[in-house]
Amino acid sequence: MLRFEHGKTWLLWTLICLILVFGIEAKSKSDHSHNGHHQNASSITGIPIVTFKWHHVEMPYTVALWILVAGLGKLVIEANHHVTNVIPESALLICFGFILGGIIWGADKVQTFSLTPTVFFFYLLPQIILDAGYFMPNKLFFSNLGGILIHAIIGTCWNAATVGLSLWGCHVGGAMGDIDIGLLQYLLYGSLLSAVDPVAVIAVFEQVHVNEVLFIMVFGESLLNDGVTVVLFNVFDAFVSLGGAEIDAAEIIKGIISFFVVAFGGALVGVVFGLLLSLLTRCTKNIQIIEPGFVFVLGYLSYLTAEMLSLSAILSITFCGVCCQKYINANMDEKSVTTVRYAMKVFANGSETMIFVFLGISAIDKTIWVWNTGFILLTLLFVFVYRCIGVFFLTWIQNKFRLVPLDFTDRLIMSYGGLRGAVAYGLAVLLDENKIKERPLMIGTTLIVVYFTVILQGITMKPLVTWLKVKRATSSDLMLIGKVQNKVFDHLLVAIEDISGQKGHNYMRDKWNNFESKWLSWILMKPSARKKHDHVFDVFHQLNLRDALDYVAEGECKGSLEFIRNETAYIDFRKKFGDDFSDISMEISNIHVSLSNTFRRDTVPSISLEMHEQTMNGLRESEDMNTHHLLQQHLYKGRKQHRHRYSRSHFDVNQDENEVQEIFQRTMRNRLESFKSGKMGVTPPKTITKHSKKDTQQKMPNGKSMDKTRSYHSGDEGQSLRRFGIENPAFMPDLDPMAPVQIPPWLAEGETDSATVAPSQRAQAGLPWTPSNLRRLAPLRISTRSSDSFVLADTLPSSSRERDELPPPPSPPPSPPHS
Amino acid sequence: MGALQSIPGHPEYSDLSDKTGFSFEQISVLHKRFKQLSHNEDTLHRDDLSAIPDLSCNPIRAQIIEAFFDQRNFSPSEEGTVEEIRFEEFLVVMSHFRPPRHSMSEEQRESVRKDKLRFLFNMHDTDNDGTITLQEYRHVVEELLSRSGALGKETAKSIADAAMLEVASISVGHMEPDEFYEGITFEHFLKLLSGFDIEHKMSIRFLNVDTTLCK
Repeated sequence: MLRFEHGKTWLLWTLICLILVFGIEAKSKSDHSHNGHHQNASSITGIPIVTFKWHHVEMPYTVALWILVAGLGKLVIEANHHVTNVIPESALLICFGFILGGIIWGADKVQTFSLTPTVFFFYLLPQIILDAGYFMPNKLFFSNLGGILIHAIIGTCWNAATVGLSLWGCHVGGAMGDIDIGLLQYLLYGSLLSAVDPVAVIAVFEQVHVNEVLFIMVFGESLLNDGVTVVLFNVFDAFVSLGGAEIDAAEIIKGIISFFVVAFGGALVGVVFGLLLSLLTRCTKNIQIIEPGFVFVLGYLSYLTAEMLSLSAILSITFCGVCCQKYINANMDEKSVTTVRYAMKVFANGSETMIFVFLGISAIDKTIWVWNTGFILLTLLFVFVYRCIGVFFLTWIQNKFRLVPLDFTDRLIMSYGGLRGAVAYGLAVLLDENKIKERPLMIGTTLIVVYFTVILQGITMKPLVTWLKVKRATSSDLMLIGKVQNKVFDHLLVAIEDISGQKGHNYMRDKWNNFESKWLSWILMKPSARKKHDHVFDVFHQLNLRDALDYVAEGECKGSLEFIRNETAYIDFRKKFGDDFSDISMEISNIHVSLSNTFRRDTVPSISLEMHEQTMNGLRESEDMNTHHLLQQHLYKGRKQHRHRYSRSHFDVNQDENEVQEIFQRTMRNRLESFKSGKMGVTPPKTITKHSKKDTQQKMPNGKSMDKTRSYHSGDEGQSLRRFGIENPAFMPDLDPMAPVQIPPWLAEGETDSATVAPSQRAQAGLPWTPSNLRRLAPLRISTRSSDSFVLADTLPSSSRERDELPPPPSPPPSPPHS
Repeated sequence: MGALQSIPGHPEYSDLSDKTGFSFEQISVLHKRFKQLSHNEDTLHRDDLSAIPDLSCNPIRAQIIEAFFDQRNFSPSEEGTVEEIRFEEFLVVMSHFRPPRHSMSEEQRESVRKDKLRFLFNMHDTDNDGTITLQEYRHVVEELLSRSGALGKETAKSIADAAMLEVASISVGHMEPDEFYEGITFEHFLKLLSGFDIEHKMSIRFLNVDTTLCK
């Protein structure tokens, strides 16, 4: 296995190298032949059948090639789990970049590809930040907003000022030798190094699962400090151009004001776009297929708009994501939401990969390397030390006001998590060569700082977290009781604050929630979405969906197709007529004790069953095969299935109302008739299974052994017999597979050829209340069964008793008599 | 002791502070609030609490108010509810929501946790029988969901049922045939919420200064 992996890895490596070399050679060739080509073009007289037009596609081709290479690099890296467990992926990607950069350097003798600020800020960064905003855990973020802001604003200013001043001090002290950097330039340099980088933080912290508060503190800071960094950078840049003499109090005050304008303006632009986006998704019902596109386009527009107004673009797109997430998730179709989620991840992950690879490549360039040991080492030292001092001091102040104080290890990780990344590099490249003589040194040192933080701190982060026993994120299961309890806490705390007459966090949050649900949701959410919107219900819904999937999967394992089909159709029905029906079922089941009225949920069982292993054990290959056949034949095929296949605007196949209606009606008819027949002892009506059975029989592979065919036959028959029971809701085929009396149908199928099982009524009448092997869901099932048995008992108590002694229920006429 | 001097005329605060762990400032603030709520009476009635305007939109206010008059929450030996409470009881109930101190031994933390959970449990267990039955739980869930309005009672019921099943599966695990899960006992309750950061989740900051706005 291991060897195989290695083989694969090497194959990939060679592939990448080939692609790369090919790309570079093609490029250099095109450079050489560029001039000649035009001459050729004019001299061609006939129509060329094939022409090689590299320069025609050069740009997009190179881009696509790079994306491919970066993606393949990631693929290779991720294939080696034992490596990525130790070294974070971001560090590996940078190293991968080194190698690529080396190859390019070897081929071209000049670094043709490096991360330019335009590419980075316009094409790579936005989607990462949008992703961060869109997936932001809002409650956590806003409840820690105070702390985050303190770190983002004061911490960043502190970093910039101290790093700049200390470097300048050392410079004056003579630690750096002969370089031409003034105080303002040092401050400028300090400001570009001050910002903790969101991309690096996400990349490293994603693999170290620290507790959520710690994560949000570091992560939130890295997102929000952008406003500060941009302002500091711009202000000092302007100061450097102005020169020291021109700066007076007025300029400094203007700088401070511009901070507020840039930061809050950026956030405001983001909020406006977020609200616009939410409003827009309210009315995109008819263009569902391009609905997800709006999210990206408007998010990007918010970024560009802020950039255009010279506001903080990162803040803008962050807040756009934060504001709209709730409403667009509620407004859009579930499929669109999934699309958005995945596309967001694809873009963000892709550009993150690109960024790190390019950070590596950029290093292999002679022109940027000006070595100055003193400068580089002192920068590293100051960046690290002042970050620690800043964090410790600020958290010390905060802890006086925090309900849950950040303890020593938290603070240590926060300081250690001060990773610098591509934002710093991008800003360094933006420096003006004419104004700053030592630009190459600054770029080089920035790169070293980036490598130091991302690679070294990234690698040591995990051991450190383990060693310090930092509280990790508890990966708790999605639990209903937990959510309900959380809600209880929320209201309880608000109430206590109300009673004690304080206006604390909870009070504020409650007021905001009220406002939000009263006004914002009303404006921004579709009326239909608003109805369903409740967190507890969401969780409930998710759990139900998951269980429904499990349920179906489980049924598939057993090959009980009728059951599957009926159940799924039944779910459709339930969605439509949920309330009416449940009322009826409520009436029926109310009589039972305690857990009885859970009938409703039984169709979509609410808690996952862990039955797979057990059910899988009993399966044999042939049965599996049969199952597939049967599944193919029996699952309801929509009449209009192919209708929209070529339509670009409608993706859904089986959404038609009539069709759902039809499925529902068909199932209900089956159910009703089987009820009737259950009472009268009449044979159940023929259903679709009839012809499908013929089909399957015809489709049986010829080379099968007799035994298999037999078992197949019997399975088929067992099934048609079983239908009697299954369509009768009184029988749940997987209720308790271990029940002593009842022979489970899927076993009966293979082993007992006699087909005398027909477990429905007998088993049920025999043991209406015996839960044998109780799993999570068991009480539910029991109760359901009992409620159903009640229905039966109510209508025809005697017949079901009789049935107990009777031979198996009559098989439907079309099925050939076998036993 | 400097705090004591700053509030002369309230020597009884010292006892209360020992009993509840509140600082003198906090007690003074809460006392003021108590007077305000009880209209300068010595005792507080249910009506006084339900008259608080901010509380009116709280979906589980009934349970919370009831908790203040539940004897289990201030004198563990007794049961049942009372009609009126004095400031002392008011303070003891409030003290369930004090945040844990920073330096605490494991046992202390555990006892704080248990204390808070006991309060929560009592709040759910309205009939004092030591178990939260399905009916009681369902009631809470219904009221929690009632605020959003759109979700009907049916949904609330089924959510409560599902939650109860989770409880059953966690606390009992394997159930014998013919066995019913009749309700959550306190031990189960502890087990259920073991993953929860109760110490911090069920705490609010009691301020030293009065932030009550004038009515």
